[in-house]
Amino acid sequence: MEMPPLDPAILARRSEIVAALRAIVQGEGVIDDLDGMRPYECDALSAYRQMPLVVVLPETVDQVAAILRYCQDNKVKVVPRGAGTSLSGGSMPVGDAILLAMGKFNRVLEIDYANRCARVQPGVTNLGVTKAVEHEGFYYAPDPSSQIACSIGGNVAENSGGVHCLKYGLTTNNLLGIEMVLMNGEVVRLGGKHLDAGGYDLLGLMTGSEGLLGVVTEVTVRLLRKPSTARAVLLGFPTEAGAADCVAAVIASGIIPGGMEMMDKEATKCAEAYVGAGYPLDAEGLLIVELDGPPVEVDYLVERVAEIARGRGATTIRVSHDEQERVLFWAGRKAAFPAVGQISPDYMCLDGSVPRGKLVEVLAEMRVLSKQYGLRVVNVFHAGDGNLHPLILFDANDPAELKRCEELGADILRLCVRVGGVLTGEHGVGIEKRDLMGVQFTEIDLDQQMRVKCAFDPDHLLNPGKVFPKLRRCAELGRLVVTQNNLPFPDIPRF
Amino acid sequence: MTQTIKPRSSEELRQAVEWALGEGVTLDVRGEGSKLVLGKPLQCAQVLDLSGISGIVDYAPEELVITLRAGTPMREVEALLAQRNQMLAFEPPDLGPLLGQAPGQGTLVGAVMGNLAGPRRLSAGAARDHLLGFSGVNGRGEAFKSGGRVMKNVTGYDLSKVLAGSWGTLAVLDEVSVKVLPAPDQTATLVLLGLDDAAGVRAMCAAMGSPHEVSGAAHLPGRTALRLEGVAPSVEARLKGLRDLMADAGVKMEELGTLESRTFWCEVRDVAPLKAAPDAVVWKISCPPTEGPAILARIKTRRPAAQAFYDWSGGLIWLALPPSDDADHTIVRGALGATGGHATLIRAPEAVRAAVPVFHPQSAALVALAARVKESFDPKGLFNPGRMG
Repeated sequence: MEMPPLDPAILARRSEIVAALRAIVQGEGVIDDLDGMRPYECDALSAYRQMPLVVVLPETVDQVAAILRYCQDNKVKVVPRGAGTSLSGGSMPVGDAILLAMGKFNRVLEIDYANRCARVQPGVTNLGVTKAVEHEGFYYAPDPSSQIACSIGGNVAENSGGVHCLKYGLTTNNLLGIEMVLMNGEVVRLGGKHLDAGGYDLLGLMTGSEGLLGVVTEVTVRLLRKPSTARAVLLGFPTEAGAADCVAAVIASGIIPGGMEMMDKEATKCAEAYVGAGYPLDAEGLLIVELDGPPVEVDYLVERVAEIARGRGATTIRVSHDEQERVLFWAGRKAAFPAVGQISPDYMCLDGSVPRGKLVEVLAEMRVLSKQYGLRVVNVFHAGDGNLHPLILFDANDPAELKRCEELGADILRLCVRVGGVLTGEHGVGIEKRDLMGVQFTEIDLDQQMRVKCAFDPDHLLNPGKVFPKLRRCAELGRLVVTQNNLPFPDIPRF
Repeated sequence: MTQTIKPRSSEELRQAVEWALGEGVTLDVRGEGSKLVLGKPLQCAQVLDLSGISGIVDYAPEELVITLRAGTPMREVEALLAQRNQMLAFEPPDLGPLLGQAPGQGTLVGAVMGNLAGPRRLSAGAARDHLLGFSGVNGRGEAFKSGGRVMKNVTGYDLSKVLAGSWGTLAVLDEVSVKVLPAPDQTATLVLLGLDDAAGVRAMCAAMGSPHEVSGAAHLPGRTALRLEGVAPSVEARLKGLRDLMADAGVKMEELGTLESRTFWCEVRDVAPLKAAPDAVVWKISCPPTEGPAILARIKTRRPAAQAFYDWSGGLIWLALPPSDDADHTIVRGALGATGGHATLIRAPEAVRAAVPVFHPQSAALVALAARVKESFDPKGLFNPGRMG
């Protein structure tokens, strides 16, 4: 993984830059000693590390604006960071860039139950939003696995998902508004407590832009009333195809479960050994289907799902009878990553998304690739929306194995794109999939995206080295050569 | 004199834009032209007619995705989905009759370009939430794509969002993939009778905050309607729960069954309850739900003849005002005050739309940013110039 070369001129100006930041953020909000910066040297893609130029922790919107304006005026790069839980290196520091850590923006500003929304600062954790409203029976729907730690600002940057996306949508479907600071220091508000934008949907554009367009300083999220019941069904199948068929059949029958997860035999074995959830160890494909809603609906749908599973040859059908059992069914799935961590020194988690109908084909091909590379692959995924999380097991202390692992990962993602899927369903491109963008997009596609970037950040100062495999200067991207050409297409109907 | 060019393939579409770029000709981009009277009037020498780029490319019900060409009529899409008991969950309205045109016109891509949504906007989102990906041509005459056909995708910027609601001003779409959902088995509506605006909106907000999964909440004069959808046993149980919740208010109630409900919500969707006089100007106001009644009251103080009803739990006000030269835009937008939200002039004579901002004016910083975004797609301003003014 190569990052852009460090700019020696910026490195030489480090003390001047630190002093300028200290003039904006007083006291301990500027960290420039190595020990103090160490906790920031990586995010959750911890195989890659880099010390930032300096860390700054602003506390007010004015400070954020002043920092960005300073950076714009002085052509200093900035990497925004929320809780640092990105799995794609989205908040990995850059050696000649300021790390703008938003951790001090951690207050819930307003809860408005009548309008079903909450206004929070971006450093509030995902679960923190739900915790603030659950006593009134409400919650915030997107639930990425890192929800204890990950911040709402980071969720906006990454358009985070979770296990309940199929029914409740991703972050982008659950936001009402943001306040953000542009690279030139301007503060703009998009949306609010109302629905839809007056002009272009820049809120939608910002969501999932991986910190490359602006720095979010406030978020208005939509709150939902907690479903009155939820029950989970555990379904074991003698073949992966049987499990995948069942997923398709459930959806084709008109049921949209709250969550529908699949694990392969290896993942099931690991998870069972780790938490003892009572998973059937003989199943080649294990499904956890969660139905939520009013009790009568849940009972009705549980029965229908069980019936569909029976028709698809399920060998295990277990329905949770109380909340404790439902949580137990999920415990194994939720602990699948650490469970896999028990059987391998390291693992790399991929995030491709494929059409559901291609699941079986992709799994089979993945096995072939796994053999070719001599690395084990364990599969856990959001089957309901075709979002795969293959875990490649490897030993990071062996540089050759890390390289092989990266290559296998790239091949698996190429496979996802080949069958009509995409490189990343919810973890983001970051640095991890940056160099694979050309597999999914043409140069024209990427140039168009970069031009949008230029509309927000004309000098490419914000979160450099992420998402785009190679950056082109905005002036060059903006050039337009017009050739006058009289009627190059005489055949097109015109009247 | 206006000329029309009608490409028949992706490549012809691209060539048409390239030609316009070379000639410096602006394009009035349209599908069936059903929403031409919405937005700022266009003064283009050339019409780019997308009706030759039409048809369903792929429909996979078990994948919950349909892929189609830009000129495909909405009626064709909806008929196909209905065969498989599926729907466009954002419930796109048919604005034809409101706009003084025939019903049943328009393309799905047209609805996406206006980011339209019906009563289910509350629970299922708008067109923007269902556009999974697209291919199209930018103002440089380049064919490009974004997004895909899968449910979960965060690869690259989500350009689908900014294209949805751009009224054809950023790029010309060629093909789109749209998420579809199962249509509900049953629909029921609980109607509360005799509530005033404030009480009606309070009741709707209480219903939306209940666990009964209300998928539509509209307040018409004297009738506050709450919609429940799903499988029969669930609808029945939730209807009872909702009745119990509302019983506290001591209000009279009636119920609509599935068929009656469908008719009723189609009417709400298509703005029929507004009963606007043929020459009335029509506004659409998006606001925080609880602010709706106060906003409308402020307008009514100045314009007592105003007619209105609420959708989206009070967060959408459909407003009809007697004709005037400026559509009373300062009164309408002034009534929003600092509450946030926006007012769009949906129907007014061409001269009025030419004189008055049709879309809600934005802050200087946002105007500048939006202009840069526009330029990033369409540097020469070829597509529907000025339409979003």
